[in-house]
Order: sequence, then C-alpha cells, then structure tokens
Amino acid sequence: MEAALDVLSWVLLLVGGSVAVISGVGLLRLPDLYTRLHAASMLDSLGALCVFLGLALQAESVAVGIKLLLAPAFLLLTTATAAHVLSKSARRAGLEPLEDTAAAPDAPGGKD
Amino acid sequence: MAQIIDIVLLVFLCTVAVATVRMRDLFGIAMLFGIFSLLSASVFVVLDAGDVAMTEAAVGAGLTTILMLSTLAATGSRAHPRAVRWKLPLFVVTVTGAALVYATTDMPRFGDPNAPVQTHPVAKHYIETSQEETGIPNMVTPLLASYRGFDTLGETAVVFTAGIGVLALIGRRRKKDGTPVDENHGEDIRAEHHAVVRVVGKILIPAILLYACYIQAHGDFGPGGGFQAGVVFASGLMLYLLLFGVAAAARVAPFAVLERLIALGLLLYGGIGVLNMMLGGNFLDYRTLAENAKDGLHYGIILIELGVGITVAAVVTTLVFAFADHLQRGPVHRQD
Repeated sequence: MEAALDVLSWVLLLVGGSVAVISGVGLLRLPDLYTRLHAASMLDSLGALCVFLGLALQAESVAVGIKLLLAPAFLLLTTATAAHVLSKSARRAGLEPLEDTAAAPDAPGGKD
Repeated sequence: MAQIIDIVLLVFLCTVAVATVRMRDLFGIAMLFGIFSLLSASVFVVLDAGDVAMTEAAVGAGLTTILMLSTLAATGSRAHPRAVRWKLPLFVVTVTGAALVYATTDMPRFGDPNAPVQTHPVAKHYIETSQEETGIPNMVTPLLASYRGFDTLGETAVVFTAGIGVLALIGRRRKKDGTPVDENHGEDIRAEHHAVVRVVGKILIPAILLYACYIQAHGDFGPGGGFQAGVVFASGLMLYLLLFGVAAAARVAPFAVLERLIALGLLLYGGIGVLNMMLGGNFLDYRTLAENAKDGLHYGIILIELGVGITVAAVVTTLVFAFADHLQRGPVHRQD
C-alpha cells in the first residue's frame, strides 16, 4: 500500500514536472499569443494539478492533505479563467489568431 | 537546497527590476511591479515570514496593481520619450550602489547568533518569556498587539490618515447640500462580456472573504491578524468591484458605511486603551479587561486586532472604490 502510494505520487510529480518543461518550451517556441497562452495555461492547470496531487499523497496528516487538494481546486478555477480573460481581451483588442501557424516567420519547421 | 530557491528568486527579482527600468509601456510596468511583489512575497515565505508574505501578496500584487492601472486609465499609458541625460545619474547611481554594497560588509551575516538583533536583551525577553506571559503560541501577535501596542496604534492611525487623505482628494462627488450624487447611470456597458469571470468570481469571492475572517481570527495561533485580514477582505471586495462595476459595489459597501468603518476601527483600538485606563490600568494594558490577567490579554488582543482589521479593510476598499468612482466620472484629460 505504502509503496503503491509512493509510486503513484512519483508518477504524478514526474508528469507535473514534464508538463512544466513542455509548456516552458512551448512558451518560447510557439508563434503567437493564443498558442503560447495554451502552453502556459497547461502548466497552470495540468502541471500544478499533478504536482499538488503527488504532494497530497505524501501528506503526513489529513489536514495538510485537504489543504493540498484545496489549493489546486482554486488554481484550476482561477488559472483557467485568467487564460480565458487574457485571450478574450487580446481578441477584443484586435489581435487575430494565426490561421496558418506553419507560415509564421519564426515557427518551428516553418519556412524561414 | 533552500539556497537554490533563494538564488532563483533573487535572480528573478533582479531580472524583473531591470525589465521594469527598460520598459516604456506603463501598463507593462504596472504588471511587472505586480510580479515583483509576488516574488518578494515568495522570498518572505522562504524566510518564514508568513504574515509579511500575505500582506505583500495582497497589497503589492493585487491592490497596488489595480490602483496603478486605474491611474494609467486616467492619465495615459506611455512614458513620454525624452532626451535623457544619463552620465550624471549613472555616476550617482554607481557611487550610491557601491557605497551600499560596501556597507553590507559591516552588516552581520544572515542568521548570525551574535548579531545585535539576537543579543539585545529585549529580543531575548520576548522569545523566552512571551509564551509564559501571554499564553499565545504565535509570538508575532502578542509582540505586535501587546508589547508594542503603541506602535501598532500608530500604524493604524497612519492607515486611517491615508484613508482620510484619499477621501479628501478624490472622494465621492457631492451635491451642494452635501448629499452624494446618485450614480445609477453607471451601469457597465461591457457587462455582457463578463459572464465567465462573473460566475467564477461568485464562487471565489465568498471563499476569499471567509479566508479573511479566518486570518483575522487565527492570528493568535499562526500567521495572520488584522492587517493581513483587512487587505485580503478588501481584495475580495475589489474583485467584486472589478466584475460587477462601481454601482453594484457601492450597493454592497456604500461610501457612507465605509467612511464610518474607517473611523470605527481606530476608535475601537483607542477605546480599548481608554477602557483599560478607566478600569485602573495603563493605556492599552489589556490585563485589566478580565479577572484573569491572561484572559484579559487575549480579549484585548482579539479586540484591537479586530479594530486594525476593520480600519485596514475599510481604508483599502475606500481607496479602490474612490479611484473607480473617480474614473467613472470621466477621464481627467487624456494625453495619449
């Protein structure tokens, strides 16, 4: 039981960490605000959720565990909303999404 | 391991500071200030200063950003480019910076047991006997509210004065006979764009306000107290203002009530002091409040923390509401 929890917690922590790295790379390499926002909000929601769940499995008491579950619950609400508001404001400010991402000048594998 | 976190945070802080100096877009700078405050709050958490971290996160990252953005909305959002004379300022900054860096060599190392702050008899007294004398687990709270109750009264008075100052400068417009102008025309035209944030806000705001009450009540046992609770409560109200507009927010927290709450908190604090004198003790000697000295101390600390919380929450809310109200009356004169 103990070992299974440890393994699960490790898997969750590693997934969370990988998501963080992937979205970092995405932030740097993706071509426009909307796609970058997608990368960044992946870290906020999925990455943070995995890390928090992984930590919650290691919690030494129920009180700590509940706190570690409440934090991602609020994070899920706020970060998703923040991403929504950001993209919406960008859209209303007149920023058009790239239709053809491969055509972007600095796109990975695009024609430069 | 902890050092890695320190280094990363400090590198981030320096990067944000440099980016702030180099940026021309004032909106961006306001956001960077917020990031800077959030990073500082993380540094405070690393240093185990939970109380300060909470205040910094709520005030620095939340409220100040909003105030700066509202100011920008009233004035214009780009710094005017102008020919900068940089030689003399660079010289002054370099010399001052070098002097400051030189001065740090005289400072005791972080956590040095022989530093004056550790060896001073007062600190020793607080650390060794405050538990016995007050019976309060969180040492910060009796220090702030009881041992140094005069200081905290002064700080609350400063917050009170700031609130009065803002009200005097940009307070609510009144008709000639002194009654506030009816602001019903202020229904936000962008209302239909706010559906998602409003729904999420309705879930979050009660949680924020409840958390503020928890911080207020929990100050005796963990990080928290009046100042922290006040700013967290105010940020909940500020979120409501942002989502539902000035008119709705003024129905929740009318100016007339806020104005009175600003004074009420300070009055509660000072009133406890006067009550102590009437009960035969010194000013702010809470031990006179109950038969048992320790009980009296607890009642006194809870009450004055409540006073601090009320004044801080009311002042900060008034600040934000006054700015928003000021903006809605129309921009002053746009320069962009």
